[in-house]
Amino acid sequence: MRAPVSGATGKVLVDQDQVRRTVARIAHEIVERHAEPEKLALVGIHTRGVPLAARLARLIGEFAGTEPATGTVDIALYRDDVGLDARRGALPVVGDTVLDFNVAERAVILVDDVLFTGRTIRAAIDAIFDYGRPPLVQLAVLVDRGHRELPIRPDYVGKNLPTSRAERIAVHLAEVDGTDQVVLEAVR
Amino acid sequence: MTRRSLLTIADLDRAEIARILRVGNRFAEVMERDIKKVPTLRGRTIINMFFEASTRTSTSFELAGKRLSADVVNVKGSGSSVEKGETLKDTVITLNSYLPDVLVIRHQSVGACQLAARHTGAAVINAGDGKHEHPTQTLLDLYTIEREVGPLDGLHIAFVGDVAHSRVARSGIRGFQMMGARVTLIAPPTLIPRDAEEALGVATSTDIRDVADADVVYVLRMQLERMGPGGFVPSLREYAATYGVNHGRLRPGQRVMHAGPINRGVEISGALADDPKTLIERQAANGMVVRMAVLYDLLAGPSPGAEPAEHPIGAVAV
Amino acid sequence: MGARLVQRPGPAASLVIRGARVLDPAAGIDEVRDLVIRDGVIGGDPEGLEAIDGTGMIAVPGFVDPHVHLRTPGREDLEDIATGSMSAAAGGFVTIVAMPNTSPVVDNAAVLGTLIDRAEREAAVRVGFYAAITVGQKGKELTEQVEMAELGAAGFSDDGHPVSDAGVMRRALQYQRITGLPLVLHEEDMTLSGRGVAHEGAVASRLGLAGIPPVSESIAVARDAVLAEYEGGFIHICHVSASETVDEIRRAKERGVRITGEVTPHHLTLTDAAIASLDPARHKMNPPLREESDRRSLIAALLDGTLDLVATDHAPHDADEKEVPFEEAPFGITGLETAFAVCNTHLVRTGEVPLELLVRRMGSDAAAALALPVPTLAEGAVADVALIDPEAVVVVGEGGFQSKSRNSAWLGEQLHGRVNLTIAGGQIAWRP
Repeated sequence: MRAPVSGATGKVLVDQDQVRRTVARIAHEIVERHAEPEKLALVGIHTRGVPLAARLARLIGEFAGTEPATGTVDIALYRDDVGLDARRGALPVVGDTVLDFNVAERAVILVDDVLFTGRTIRAAIDAIFDYGRPPLVQLAVLVDRGHRELPIRPDYVGKNLPTSRAERIAVHLAEVDGTDQVVLEAVR
Repeated sequence: MTRRSLLTIADLDRAEIARILRVGNRFAEVMERDIKKVPTLRGRTIINMFFEASTRTSTSFELAGKRLSADVVNVKGSGSSVEKGETLKDTVITLNSYLPDVLVIRHQSVGACQLAARHTGAAVINAGDGKHEHPTQTLLDLYTIEREVGPLDGLHIAFVGDVAHSRVARSGIRGFQMMGARVTLIAPPTLIPRDAEEALGVATSTDIRDVADADVVYVLRMQLERMGPGGFVPSLREYAATYGVNHGRLRPGQRVMHAGPINRGVEISGALADDPKTLIERQAANGMVVRMAVLYDLLAGPSPGAEPAEHPIGAVAV
Repeated sequence: MGARLVQRPGPAASLVIRGARVLDPAAGIDEVRDLVIRDGVIGGDPEGLEAIDGTGMIAVPGFVDPHVHLRTPGREDLEDIATGSMSAAAGGFVTIVAMPNTSPVVDNAAVLGTLIDRAEREAAVRVGFYAAITVGQKGKELTEQVEMAELGAAGFSDDGHPVSDAGVMRRALQYQRITGLPLVLHEEDMTLSGRGVAHEGAVASRLGLAGIPPVSESIAVARDAVLAEYEGGFIHICHVSASETVDEIRRAKERGVRITGEVTPHHLTLTDAAIASLDPARHKMNPPLREESDRRSLIAALLDGTLDLVATDHAPHDADEKEVPFEEAPFGITGLETAFAVCNTHLVRTGEVPLELLVRRMGSDAAAALALPVPTLAEGAVADVALIDPEAVVVVGEGGFQSKSRNSAWLGEQLHGRVNLTIAGGQIAWRP
């Protein structure tokens, strides 16, 4: 799990209240476009996509009366850079992939905290397809920071935060980090 | 993973073993899907070099590589240039020119994997070198015990039989101890290695009745092909009568393991070998996912000596 | 009858070594002074001689190695008389004796005569040859020992193929009364060694290597000491490795048996812990590296004289033979070029063995035990001198070896002790 960078003097771009409202707005947008939550599944990408998907599912349940199915997907086995990056300090942890519903019968909304190069989403789509052929796949992200390297576009965006590549966007969520906020950190 | 080869179980520490077993669980989950294959090691090349007969290890390594989407090539002792008298060193150098990422080696002589590692930049996985070690067997044994019996910590495991010629025991003793288990060797005096207590940190016994104290009874194959002339036991009949493991020598609840292949009626009775309560079949079944985990661990981690990144790179959980 | 030691003809050395520590413990010489060699003989007028600065160095009687393998005839690709004797010269040796386990075996006068002829043309230092005790070293029939003794054999040995039959050994001891030459014995009971490839102990147990128990050596020594005592013969025990063997030799000496023993630099300085890397080029030899307790008793035995001398068992092998799995590799490592530096670094500088004793055990004692000419720095003696800088650091193998083979246990290691000059039989044999 990505720990907050120690001693980093991050600039808070989105505070706790804004995070709450942003997530709620995304939930509304999903409900607008998917009238039947029972034909929907929210699949969170490890690590912070997982609590985000759970929050969205809960909110959709409140707004639409029925909670959609949820799942988690871990992309470690689907990365396109396995073992290629010698600079990476540690072995990628292989997390759970749990899809306890029939993938072929539900529209899948992938949920992640930050959309950056698009490679994670590509890997997640590949992983989902090893479980079945969903009728529709969409993408919901809390933050889109640009710099796409693949033709991938989100369907639901919380915040567009243009950044330079030398910067780092850190999404903190209460379930993982104890607090909700989006922080901009400069990478040396 | 700071070491790129797996020559002996001692190349791993407790945390690394635990990590491999955890990843093994993930691959077990992959095996439950309709599509039992992940793209993880796409474009990687694994060469399996089996100079000695093997069914379980060679098949499970081949499937492990293929289910991770690696290109897997199998070289056998028979049907290859080895039959024309090519030396192991020359075979390794030749195969190394095809730029493999992993060489999996099974060989009849102690030191074969160390020799190979001196002549290749690929990761070398010891799939059994003579009487020396068989570290992936130990990992799958640990995986099997953790899943079927429980945590290794405090467990008492007895190896029974031909310890002297057993690479399964030599890796197993070390690996089980590393994970917190206590090990006893029960064997005829001629098949217990010299200074075993001091060398291996085990208790020894020549009395088969001492299996009673063990949680897990690990039966070793009588390796007649490694014994040579001279006879370490007077006869297999006497060995079976004195040390053969059967239902009568076990108490309820004891779990039985055997790495295979089995000599029925010698080290283990046919009835016990067929008893579904033993872990023998689980061992065979678990071999593949654990070997997938080993391949993943060796190939997905950083190169040895690489500086850890200041920050993890890539938008994934790290 | 005596050993015939031969060397290629060459000019007699004439030079003066200035300011070295001239050290010949056997002759009672130990002082810093000039050492004159004129016309290949110690002493004389230094006037007009080339001077070599020996400041900080020791000038000692050249070393004697009664146990080397020159691989000739048969495996000249591994070593020949010229390279083996140059290897000796580079290590400060002035006399070496080669074992007969060649192809063909030196078990008849024709082969022995050919070797002596070749050595007279090629050898940089004095070289002698043992002949086999039994035909083909097969342990069955005695060789024609009288004929070979008359031709100049240095002694008899079935090195590498110990005489298992006590009756044959007894007859060899009886025949010794005619030849007067030593029986040089590799002692091992092969029924106990079996398929062993390493010392039977904790390390081999961990590595799964078949063990060679120490008793396979000591039991053979015990038998032959009893036979030598009964027949009044004398025997020399090669490369003693185990404390049990030291005990047997000590007991035999105490009861008056004519028995001498040698120990190698590797058994004095390494243990079986070294084999964990499973590199046979460095650490697979027979007898095998044993335990620290064995090493300690070997050092003690060298100090108290139970073991008479240091010999290298220089055993060249090439990469084709050694770059195989540990279990499959042949036994043996080279040793001539590193012998003094290894002992100096790991025994003298650590305070375990006095330099003076090492010089004796590698020189005069080694020669005396096998009835070879004793090198000395006494006035009027034929010059057999090694000039050594005991402080200089050498990296083993860095500048290549004089030997054709490089299977050294110390390859790449830093050692103290560089041989700067070797004069053998009055000729300059080594001067880098």
